[in-house]
Amino acid sequence: MSLLFKGARLVDPAVGLDKVADLLVADGAIAAIGERLECDGAEVREMQGKVIVPGLVDIHVHFRDPGFEYKEDLISGSAAAAHGGFTDVCVMPNTNPTCDTESGVEYILSKARDAHVRIHPVGAITVGLQGKALAEIGSMSAAGAVAFSDDGRGVQSDSMMRRAMDYVKMFGKGIMSHCQVDDLSGTGVVNEGTASTRLGLAGWPAAAEEIQIGRDIALCELTRCKLHIQHITTRGGIEAVANAKAKGLPVTCEVTPHHLFLTQDDITNSYDTSLKVNPPLRRAEDAEALAEALNDGTIDCIATDHAPHALHEKALEFELAPFGMVGLETSLGLVLTNLVATGRITLSRMVELMAINPREIAGLPQVRLEEGASADLTIIDPEVEWTVDARDFLSKSVNSGFIGAELKGKATDLFIAGEPVMVDGVVL
Amino acid sequence: MGIVKSKHLLEIGDFTPSEIMSILDLARSFKEVNDRAIKKLPTLRGRTIVNMFLEPSTRTRTSFEIAAKRLSADAVNMSGSTSSTTKGESLVDTAKTLSAMNCDIVVVRHRYAGAPRILADNMSAHIINGGDGKHQHPTQTLLDLFTMREHFGHLDGLNVAIVGDIAHSRVFGSLAPALKALGANPIAVAPPTLLPARPDVLGAEVSWSLDEVIPEADVLYMLRIQQERLDDAPFPTLREYANLFGLDARRAAKMKDDAIVMHPGPMNRGVEVSSEIADDPRMLVLDQVNAGVAVRMAVMYALIGGEKDELAV
Repeated sequence: MSLLFKGARLVDPAVGLDKVADLLVADGAIAAIGERLECDGAEVREMQGKVIVPGLVDIHVHFRDPGFEYKEDLISGSAAAAHGGFTDVCVMPNTNPTCDTESGVEYILSKARDAHVRIHPVGAITVGLQGKALAEIGSMSAAGAVAFSDDGRGVQSDSMMRRAMDYVKMFGKGIMSHCQVDDLSGTGVVNEGTASTRLGLAGWPAAAEEIQIGRDIALCELTRCKLHIQHITTRGGIEAVANAKAKGLPVTCEVTPHHLFLTQDDITNSYDTSLKVNPPLRRAEDAEALAEALNDGTIDCIATDHAPHALHEKALEFELAPFGMVGLETSLGLVLTNLVATGRITLSRMVELMAINPREIAGLPQVRLEEGASADLTIIDPEVEWTVDARDFLSKSVNSGFIGAELKGKATDLFIAGEPVMVDGVVL
Repeated sequence: MGIVKSKHLLEIGDFTPSEIMSILDLARSFKEVNDRAIKKLPTLRGRTIVNMFLEPSTRTRTSFEIAAKRLSADAVNMSGSTSSTTKGESLVDTAKTLSAMNCDIVVVRHRYAGAPRILADNMSAHIINGGDGKHQHPTQTLLDLFTMREHFGHLDGLNVAIVGDIAHSRVFGSLAPALKALGANPIAVAPPTLLPARPDVLGAEVSWSLDEVIPEADVLYMLRIQQERLDDAPFPTLREYANLFGLDARRAAKMKDDAIVMHPGPMNRGVEVSSEIADDPRMLVLDQVNAGVAVRMAVMYALIGGEKDELAV
């Protein structure tokens, strides 16, 4: 079965492509790219005004499965991913039980066969995320874990982190590091600064993140293990990563849409718990530094830290509510509206940040817009205007800080290996 | 027109500066009633006021209860030393349950910031914040302002040094912005280990030296050092704290002639204030407590929609 997409703008900087052309898919792969393609028997889809890019990837999501399926599960999470335009996601291991064994990885991969998108497990660095003993990283790697992380908390012991990095590099994989010195972030729930003072809430200072970023970079220099800094939020963190890159260290980092587009000033005396995230929303000048770093290459990718929580869990006192917000179904729209439409980044840079670089970081096979490549395609309508409405989410949870946001641009269609996953905004 | 526009008193900013002054005027009328032999007014007869104190408190709860009863309201006390969630019920459900009982005013004391907002969003009653976490304690602020105004005759231009554990103080959280809004100068006096990150957003200047501030201060507002905070070791010893930030007779000798000392109570004699100062005529802690009942009567009356002219006292 063949599919012929007519007249879309094709964007893939990896092959130097940004032009309006036709794209033919046959047998799950891209069969041809060119002007006025014809193919007998192919289903023709008119794509004028649309943009086709390599399938988007989110390397930082929480699908809560096993253990917290009332918040999300691998299937519902994958539907949310497809709805947001993602063909691939990396799921974090802080489930119950923790994904810290070969069988944990196998459970995810086995359930993922029925999922809407490709799901790649990230294994725990330490047993139970306790920071005390190395998990069976070799077995998990062999079973299909793409990287290792104790996400949700930082590895507190310096020697444990050093050992983990030395060990992980043996398998050719990297560490994804959640940077947080517990001793300094303490009971903090918002940025230490104006928000903590105004709201009478314990502060989580930038230094608690930056100290551990600095430590991990020093350990990267010592061990030469691939290091990916998760959800970076501060100007100081950006400076540290930029310095590490200038030294040629194998360091990458990601930023979330909420740290780019929200700040501590958005947390008002309504104490909206959907804005309680870890690390916390920072200052406006930090958000500005993050946006600048998207273009200069310091930030490698955008990842959502999609963190679903049930309504009743978030409908609590701010200090008691869990950290995190969902992000898969708003990420692309936010980036198109706030970064691409405003001219802060180009569409090509967006493809680097949301497709090419995340695949590189997670060690996933690259998907190119070229003949012979797997037809993993995200099709975007850059003009459609829409309002973020919780009722439209396919995620089981609605704890978004962007409900009501008016956005322009979203994914309308999604193909994985040539198979339709979403058509005209409807996930199949 | 009512005395205040806001339905609730969740934070001090719910009242405009002129509304605050009206409340203080009204409180003066109620204070006169409190000095009579027969202290009861029929004003809130038939109204139900719930004092929901989910954190231990004796003086504030008693003050609200007396205030409600002096206005002839039916006052019910709900207490608990733990948050509702540890009992398996969320604050949202507690609010809805209480709302179904048709109470008119709920006074809430809670260990977490923003809890009064959750009640306001989930029930029909007027909510009065009786102290939420480290956030605010607006009726304490009103009684503090009342006490200062009774003494000085005005609030604008007063230099008010608030001394001690600013970082964990809901008293400071509402007093500093109110003073600023009313034209006074709040000064946070504390070691940096007991200061919040940005006292300026609450309108306060900062000093690390009590000795430098005393000669300029009209009010020395001494905050209580809470023993449970000492686990964080924000200063080496109580002895050193008292040496640097305690008010004793030697320091008090440097006070301006007309200056006063205030305290939210209960006092730690020998820590933030020496025993001598605790009993000094310049220490107005009991005036504050006395004003507390009148101010809380005024707030209840104003929130329920009372008019100044309707009040026959």
